[in-house]
Amino acid sequence: MSVAKSLPHDSGSLHVSGEARYIDDIPTPSGTLHLAFGLSEIACGTIDSLDLGAVRSADGVVLVWSAADLSPMPDASPSVHDEPLLSTGEVHYVGQPIFVVAADSHLAARKAVRKAEITYRKKLSIQTVEEALSADSRFEDGPRIYSKGDAKQALDDAPHRLQGQIEMGGQEHFYLEGQAALSIPQEGGEVVVHSSTQHPTEIQHKVAHALNIPMHGVRVETRRMGGGFGGKESQGNALAIATAMIASATGKPCKMRYDRDDDMMITGKRHDFQITYDVGFDDTGRIQGIDFIHYTRCGWAQDLSLPVADRAMLHADNAYHLPNARIESHRLKTNIQSATAYRGFGGPQGIIGIERVIDHIATHLKRDPLSVRRANFYTDFDETEDVQTTPYHQPITDCVINSIVDELCETSDYRTRRRAIQSWNAENPILKRGIALTPVKFGISFTLTHLNQAGALVHVYQDGSIHLNHGGTEMGQGLFQKVAQVAASRFGVDIDQVKITATDTAKVPNTSATAASSGSDLNGMAVQNACDTIRDRIAEFLAEKHKTIPFDVLFENGNVFVAGTTYSFAEAAKLAYENRVSLSATGFYKTPDIKWDRIKGEGQPFFYFAYGAAVSEVVIDTLTGENRILRTDILHDAGASLNPALDIGQIEGGFVQGAGWLTTEELVWDNRGQLRTHAPSTYKIPACSDRPDVFNVALWKGENPAATVYRSKAVGEPPFVHGASVLLALSDAIAAVGNGNEYVALDAPATAETILHAVNRQKQSA
Amino acid sequence: MKQIEFLLNGNPICVENPTPDCTLLDWLRETRNLTGTKEGCNEGDCGACTIMVTDRDGTRALNSCILFLPQLHGKAVRTVEGLRGPEGETHPVQDAMVAHHGSQCGFCTPGFVMSMATAQHCGQEADDDTLAGNLCRCTGYAPIIRAAKDVGQTPSPAWMADDLSLLQQNAIESDTVARPKSSDALATWYEKHPTATLIGGATDVGLWVTKQLRDLGSIAFLNGALDLKEIHKTENGLQIGAAATMTDVLNAVKPLYPSFAEMLRRFASLQIRNAATLGGNIANGSPIGDSPPALIALGASLHLRKGQTRRTILLEDFFLEYGKQDRAPGEFVEAITIPHQPDALRCYKLSKRFDQDISAICGCFSILIAEGRVSAARIAFGGMAGTPCRATHVENALLNQPWNAETIATAKAAFTKDYTPLSDMRASAEYRIMSAQNMLERYFSESMGLPTDIHEVSA
Repeated sequence: MSVAKSLPHDSGSLHVSGEARYIDDIPTPSGTLHLAFGLSEIACGTIDSLDLGAVRSADGVVLVWSAADLSPMPDASPSVHDEPLLSTGEVHYVGQPIFVVAADSHLAARKAVRKAEITYRKKLSIQTVEEALSADSRFEDGPRIYSKGDAKQALDDAPHRLQGQIEMGGQEHFYLEGQAALSIPQEGGEVVVHSSTQHPTEIQHKVAHALNIPMHGVRVETRRMGGGFGGKESQGNALAIATAMIASATGKPCKMRYDRDDDMMITGKRHDFQITYDVGFDDTGRIQGIDFIHYTRCGWAQDLSLPVADRAMLHADNAYHLPNARIESHRLKTNIQSATAYRGFGGPQGIIGIERVIDHIATHLKRDPLSVRRANFYTDFDETEDVQTTPYHQPITDCVINSIVDELCETSDYRTRRRAIQSWNAENPILKRGIALTPVKFGISFTLTHLNQAGALVHVYQDGSIHLNHGGTEMGQGLFQKVAQVAASRFGVDIDQVKITATDTAKVPNTSATAASSGSDLNGMAVQNACDTIRDRIAEFLAEKHKTIPFDVLFENGNVFVAGTTYSFAEAAKLAYENRVSLSATGFYKTPDIKWDRIKGEGQPFFYFAYGAAVSEVVIDTLTGENRILRTDILHDAGASLNPALDIGQIEGGFVQGAGWLTTEELVWDNRGQLRTHAPSTYKIPACSDRPDVFNVALWKGENPAATVYRSKAVGEPPFVHGASVLLALSDAIAAVGNGNEYVALDAPATAETILHAVNRQKQSA
Repeated sequence: MKQIEFLLNGNPICVENPTPDCTLLDWLRETRNLTGTKEGCNEGDCGACTIMVTDRDGTRALNSCILFLPQLHGKAVRTVEGLRGPEGETHPVQDAMVAHHGSQCGFCTPGFVMSMATAQHCGQEADDDTLAGNLCRCTGYAPIIRAAKDVGQTPSPAWMADDLSLLQQNAIESDTVARPKSSDALATWYEKHPTATLIGGATDVGLWVTKQLRDLGSIAFLNGALDLKEIHKTENGLQIGAAATMTDVLNAVKPLYPSFAEMLRRFASLQIRNAATLGGNIANGSPIGDSPPALIALGASLHLRKGQTRRTILLEDFFLEYGKQDRAPGEFVEAITIPHQPDALRCYKLSKRFDQDISAICGCFSILIAEGRVSAARIAFGGMAGTPCRATHVENALLNQPWNAETIATAKAAFTKDYTPLSDMRASAEYRIMSAQNMLERYFSESMGLPTDIHEVSA
């Protein structure tokens, strides 16, 4: 059976040969136009005058549109129609598209854009959390509040109490392939859009709306993305709409790809968060009551900020049982890029909040942070004990965090190393080492319940080859291969017999974004459903032919066995075809057992949880704050893995990306509200040598108690959180400078500069 | 230039009237439909566009996004499409990357594969240094390094060897785009075209084109002037031609000033070092170029030339103020001389990311101790002012003083007299001053034998 095998990525051989096609690699007909946006240079205000004369007369320019040319103005928002494709007079951030140019080359379009003369009437912009709060600039009427028990009373009653705050920055996705779309006009006013998107249906919907045609007039195709990470859930809308509209208007194919700097200036990033906490606990560090306040800068438009901020609240507990908790969340409207989905979708931010609290408690009690963690973990599920619930009242019935942490402590030699580090630090005045173990519990399902559905389309041809299609998109995570493994397993054939095809809104309609780690859970099940329909038809036909029951028809090893006769799968398919058996089927799946009231903060938003833990060891230079990850050990729960190699790839990559978020990846806006870090020269994602010197990743052995596809677990987002172990190991190293009396309170990203400041605070208090 | 000639994946190519500022990347993708080579950033920072170039000096990896077509004249270019063997055999690097799950989204993969294949072709195992210029956002690099180790030092396939003798080597120059073959020819041409742009490796000028969308006007490509690349020892010191690449400089200074070499190992990436020239790193006048502070700390002098007139000045006197250097129109940097001296140099490059990052500050110290006292001190920094410059107050605070903690503490305080740095996206002014001061402490601690290098610690 091909499930559970470590097969390579379906496009591996195309990647290494350069044959794998991305949007900009698709051969285009001659006459294709190339688009570029002209961007706002101010953060807030109105456009006084817009002189595009020089743009129109620039070399190669075919068409220039601004708000004056578009009525009604199409909307690019994935949520509340608050993102006009082009500014209609109001300007909300530096980088907002104001006009669009179509030219005969990408370079000509880029050059023309710079010839615009725009004057503005500036208004005071809102940049910071404090500015937004004082102006009451926010999405939704007021803060969302979820609570359980009586946090206030528990805080008052607790033997120990601490307050604090942590800030964590946003994160640029830095998908290596920038945003791109190619629209090809069709007969009858229809359009085909090739889009680098995680959400083809959303592209279809937005383009149809902009063209004022039914969704059936727009076909969106996505073979693969050069990375997504959430950044292509909604951020591709503008390019698809612009290319489709101009293709429709001119009759010419239109392509748009953002130059890297434009991409970083225009598109949204991970939400930054400020989290304050008030926590009460006992002598062992067990939390009795906690009150969190989350503040997040959502940028100028709502986009997906509400569910992102919700998910941060839903992960405020991480793997810890909080008997009395109150979480208040402010979604602030600010004059920066509209923050958007990014791997973890707010979950990591919520988790960093509670991990900070645990670390703070440990310092206060002068205990190993791991003992405080253990004191607070949800108990591993035991039917004989009372079920614990989350702060949003979901029972935890699948917890394995204690077992995972026990095993990881052993395999990583945590205790011995922690002692060794302490004595090493005592002998080294300049360099200090630190170690930390952090857990993750991550909720799996879209919190918008209706998104938890998927469709598939499977054909078996008369030669036994299989055409596979589903609503999920491939952005590098290996979804296509995992799902193909499911299909091959259902038919008992070799993976090579399954043809993976591009995501296509004409094949599977009404799909959800490939997001929330749900890709293989949802699409794997839908494909299984479709395959089983066809398999059952073949089985029924052969059973009748051989005078037996369908149950006794077996599909294994490329063959079909029935009543002592063996057919190759191809022979069975041909026979079925000749006997007029339909060999094409759709499949469908909807996640069971979930319900959620996001206003009350009550219900069962998640089908199950994914667990894991990481231990990282770091060294810092107390003179400069420079630092390195020396070793990381991860034990992660992917259930019964559909493909261990691909899952380990997600864990390794997720960890490094998470560590990058918390260390070197710093977004800097200047006092005019302009992003200063808009290229890889200034925004630093991890490079090769930033991965841990020693990097051990293992999968937890255990299947998902929830009835998922082959009992596997989602693996896209949860491992991102393992990067937290680096932040807390850095905190541990910094603490070695001081006398243990003052908490390190390290903010993220913990750049060398941030670390040096924290080191100096420790030196001053010591 | 009206005509250039090079090998593309083994086949001779002649390009008539190449647009002089057309990048190889755009040409490959848009003219040749060779779309395997990717544009990730268009500024030489991500490596998705990495290709392999062979010329008489050997084989190296370069970024095609900031490489202009005329720079390729007489060379051999191999792209990812040129990796397979004559019978369609896959390259061992391709096999290893698939076997070790080294690609996820695949967009960076052609660049990685080219860096790895080039390393292998040069007899090296790809590692953190050779891959520092290739960014991957998906894998966390671990499987890529596993693939690199698997390939190891197995020989590069025979089909990867490029035969430069297939080229006629007929470059036809035009008046506005020159490719002088010597320093003399350059001097003559540049005197006539004093406003022209000189292009060494194009790692800086490339961005004028790809990011600033500037028109370069008259251009001279320096890579044909072989005498400008020479590095040799003279009686005064080590003389390095202005067009020597940073890779060549690194190799030349390694035996003499290992800390300089170690800092240059972190100078941009291998692809950039293979193109960037020392002359360019100096003459562009950047306050954050990494070679000037080291060279100033070594007391290097600069050889300038205009027409037949040559002059030599101390490098530290070349940088007048931000954006302004002591260089007349039509005058160019011909060479740099590092005087012979005992090695006391330590270079400390501080950046947000350790590898392949522009320095927030770069501090270079050369302090000689005789009989327990400081007998000479040369300290220079980049990133602390509008130009790379010396810390003379700090030097004076050290001179003739006993080499002890008290002296260091006093000298640290003098940094604020030498520098008033700015805050920007790389670092705050406060951090710049603080870490500059601490670098002096690091130098002292290192001299006392204390462990100060995080790279010497392992788990």
